[in-house]
Amino acid sequence: MSLLDKDLETLHQELVAGDIKATDLVEQSLDTIEQRDPQLNAFITVNAQQALADAVALDEKGIKAEDKLAGIPIAYKDNIVTKNILTTAGSKILNNFEPVYDATVVEKLSQAGMINLGKTNMDEFAMGSSTESSYFKPTHNPWDLDRVPGGSSGGSAAAVAAGEVFAALGSDTGGSIRQPSAYNGIFGIKPTYGRVSRWGLIAFGSSFDQIGVMTKRVKDSAYILTAMSGKDAKDSTSSKQEVPDFTKFVGQDIKGLRVAVPDEFFGDGIDEEVKTQVEKGLKVLEDLGAVIDHVQLPYTKYAVPAYYVLASSEASSNLQRFDGIRYGYRAEDVKNLEDVYIKSRSEGFGSEVKRRIMLGTFALSAGFYDAYFNKAAKVRTLIKQDYERVLADHDLIVGPTSPDTAFKIGAIVSDPLKLYYKDILTISSNMAGVPSASVPAGFDSKGLPVGMQMVAKRFDEGTIFKAAAAFEAATKYYEVKPSFKGGAR
Amino acid sequence: MISKNDVTHVANLARLSLSQDEIDRFTSQLDQIIAMEDELSHVETEGVKPTTHITDEVNVFRNDVVVNDGITREDLLSNVPETKDGLIKVPSIIDKGETDA
Repeated sequence: MSLLDKDLETLHQELVAGDIKATDLVEQSLDTIEQRDPQLNAFITVNAQQALADAVALDEKGIKAEDKLAGIPIAYKDNIVTKNILTTAGSKILNNFEPVYDATVVEKLSQAGMINLGKTNMDEFAMGSSTESSYFKPTHNPWDLDRVPGGSSGGSAAAVAAGEVFAALGSDTGGSIRQPSAYNGIFGIKPTYGRVSRWGLIAFGSSFDQIGVMTKRVKDSAYILTAMSGKDAKDSTSSKQEVPDFTKFVGQDIKGLRVAVPDEFFGDGIDEEVKTQVEKGLKVLEDLGAVIDHVQLPYTKYAVPAYYVLASSEASSNLQRFDGIRYGYRAEDVKNLEDVYIKSRSEGFGSEVKRRIMLGTFALSAGFYDAYFNKAAKVRTLIKQDYERVLADHDLIVGPTSPDTAFKIGAIVSDPLKLYYKDILTISSNMAGVPSASVPAGFDSKGLPVGMQMVAKRFDEGTIFKAAAAFEAATKYYEVKPSFKGGAR
Repeated sequence: MISKNDVTHVANLARLSLSQDEIDRFTSQLDQIIAMEDELSHVETEGVKPTTHITDEVNVFRNDVVVNDGITREDLLSNVPETKDGLIKVPSIIDKGETDA
């Protein structure tokens, strides 16, 4: 058994008692990366030397009982900036970018003593649901190496599932933490919009983006999210709301918990085996005392079109900053300044990013703004109201995280529209800004993980932790390990 | 229907230059995606206010003072492709000699 299979409290006790050292954890992590990553491609950059040096320094200093996170190995999605460590966002246009500061989340977790093992692979600029649009390489799913890990935080999800690191951060604009967590059989939470500072997250859709945590176990996630949440002067959209100790919700019973199950989440296009697993999961919640209620979220079917208008519009604006002048890739053989912009962007961005920039630029352009951007922004209001209405008299919305389980690498890469519909069940949470998580809910007949989604009221992550932990204790799906099958070469 | 001319126009606005192959591919893909987005026209939105952000914070102010986390000019220039005398160097704004206008 790997040290990294233990839970955080056990590791912490052993660290404090001196039974293990931070160096042991980092070495375990690096050994597993060396063994597994040639097949998985979960990492873009492994921060081996610095991680070892940090662990040695921490061991010399000693780990105190109050330093809950000290010495625990974590990885960061490569759109979260890390001082002096290559940060690419999965793009050629940033293939030489070494930030001069740390993102607020990195600063906070480093201060808490977590050790940065490296930067994980992702769809370019977080645009995708399979990690195949990474400029560098596709990541493989540890449960079946011929399949995608989901995306866009596919590297983070695969790294955690494979035991390469204890935890990883991801970002979620339309499902990019939850869908890969579902595909990899781990727990991934996208907190309420504003709960976590976005300072140092390379922007995609600024009114949707949120950084979150990916771990095997629910309580471990609660420790990390508590440490990285809160108001940040550097992000004016971060919230002043008090941050509770999320670990306190773990272990509470869920008797009387009011669970809403939307009919739309079990409709056409949702895989039958996924439905079956999630229905079994609902039965578990019911046996634990939850009260299940069937509801309607009628605007769900408009979430995909509205999202692709709005998020692409925000992206086309956010990505204007990549012009080859101040950082990143600059094209050669240019005649004038205009040429630098056009050539650097055209050579630096991949197909999916160009497609989204074009979609957004179109939706914002003269003559189309009202029919597309403004219309989609109004539909967003209706989707948000749908959620507010249901959550006004329910504690949680529960359904599948993704319409299916992990698909084969290359299977739908040439059909963007089909790929966009993979996000149909996750997008609405970002539209409404509500916290939303994917909890492991067993396996389909191919042995691929299924995720169950839990959505709560704004700033009520506590209820998600409570329900997810109760569900985890009753099902223990985390005990099943990935097989690393397939991947013949 | 999105035409190749529309795609070229939008690419221009976005400061992208596309190959002939990309124009062909993007024209058919964007046409499909925009047709999907056109489903929004079926939604009744009379009197509905648009949502463009979801933060609860209103008018976040700070003192108008310089904040410095210890990042130096050298740090900031360290990622710049080309510098000269502590400044960012770019090619001339107007063509030298050849024109392609």
